Parts: sequence; C-alpha cells; structure tokens
Amino acid sequence: MFRNVLEMEGRVASPKTQRSSEKAESPHSELLLHLRLESNPEALCLVRGTVERAAEVTHFPENQIRAIVRAVDEALANVIRHAYQGKKGMPIEVSCNRLWKDRNTKALGGIEIVLSDSGIAADPAAFRGRPLEEIRPGGLGLHFIKQSMDVVEFSRKNGRNFLRLVKYLAPSKPRGPEGD
Amino acid sequence: MEIAARQGEGRVILDVSGDIDLAHSPAMRKVLLGEIKEKRVPKVFLNLKNVRYIDSSGIASLVEGLKASRDQGSRMILYGLSPSVKEVMELSRLQRIFEIYDNEEQALSSQAR
Repeated sequence: MFRNVLEMEGRVASPKTQRSSEKAESPHSELLLHLRLESNPEALCLVRGTVERAAEVTHFPENQIRAIVRAVDEALANVIRHAYQGKKGMPIEVSCNRLWKDRNTKALGGIEIVLSDSGIAADPAAFRGRPLEEIRPGGLGLHFIKQSMDVVEFSRKNGRNFLRLVKYLAPSKPRGPEGD
Repeated sequence: MEIAARQGEGRVILDVSGDIDLAHSPAMRKVLLGEIKEKRVPKVFLNLKNVRYIDSSGIASLVEGLKASRDQGSRMILYGLSPSVKEVMELSRLQRIFEIYDNEEQALSSQAR
C-alpha cells in the first residue's frame, strides 16, 4: 500500500508565495491548490474530484470542466506510465492557479495547472501524438490533452519534468470532435 | 469500477459501473478478453450506463476487445453511453468503429442481425 494517497494545500495565496518553477506567467493569478501525490493509479480518482471542484469555482461550464479533468487525468497517467514507467510511490506535484481576467493587460481569465515529476525525460517525439486514423489501442492520451486545453507546454528543468496546462474561460478556441 | 456478468443463450451482458481509468482498465481488459477469447462468447454486450468516466486506457481496452471479437468472428456491442463517455468516444474518433446503441432494448434487438 502507498503511504499518502494525496496531500493537499487548499488555500488562496498571493503569487509571491508560489514556487518559481510553478508560477503563472501572469501576475493576475492565485494559487487555488497544491497537491502532492504518489505515482499510484488509485490516486487518479481523487485528483479528478479535486480538479473538478477547482474548475467549478473558476466558473467553467460543465463540458469544459470535464475537458480540464480529462486533460489532468491523462497527463498524470502519462507521468505514471512513462516518466515513472509504472513504478509506484514516486512523487508527483500538481498546482492549480486561477488566472484573473485583466482588461488593462488583456490577460484572459481561466485556470492553469502545472504537473511536475522527477521521472525520466519525456520523448519530444511522443508529444506529437499519432494519427487517429490508425485504429489501435494506445496513444490517445496526448490527443485528449491537446484537444481539451488551450495551452500545453512541456519543459524540463533541474532533472524535473513540468507540464503546464491552461484553459481560458473566454474567448476560447472552438474545439469539437473534429479537432482543430 | 465493478463488472457484473449476466449470462444468456449465446451472449453475455457485462454491466460496468464506476470509472474505467488507468487503475481499472486492466481489469476491464481481462474480463472482456476472457469472454471473447477464452469463453468464445458469440455476442458480448457492454452496458456502460453507470460508467461515470473513461480515459484513453479504457478506450484502448475497448479497442482491444473489438479487435479480438473481429478475430473470433464474434460481436462486441456497447450501449447506454453517458454524455461523458460519448464525448470521449467522439474525441477519439472511434465511435464509428464500434457497434453502439442507446439502451439495452435496442442493443438486444440488434441480435437478430
């Protein structure tokens, strides 16, 4: 059994308290929550429930809440399967920041989620996904993430992987089953 | 996730409930392939009415089941997809390859075909 399923800090913090590696680019953001979990698939349902609430308080409509939850879940599954190669008990952190709309800077409101892990570096080729015309299991997770979010950025710093996901409240790129 | 099986003449109905995610898709795959490849059931119905969430690994399990059923010359039929599951099917662009019905009545009446 894993020791801690999920550790959560649920507080609204000033941007100054955020870690530099997880900080939103916009100064008009606040930390909604910070989760520490281990690379156990059983923890995914807890993260889904928590991120769903975070998206709700950010006032996303129902279908976009489902999209945000789906993206975070698929991203975490990728960390467990690929960065940690299925090994349990390895650390993963998830930060959710609320992005405030600012008319002066034209910053858009929304939610920013940053996942970080200390697993093996992701293969950039894997981030291109695969053609959906191929009917075969696997390779759909990244496609779901890209379809669900407005910004998907991967970086590696100091031996850690960071995946930054952003969904804007409005205007948002129109997305549908047919994709971009 | 829970799976309950209802056996019938030349068919099995698998009532799936809960989340088909990374934690549970291996169990889903095992049950599905057990019915199709080992027991060689001619028609496998998947009742997804009580599935709240399915991820890409869950979809991958369904694709594997479908491929196995095609190899065996049997049928795998899905019904009762929630809006959330339908959404994921559409995103994966795989809804057209599956045999999907709205409810159990329609799915079972498709047996004659």
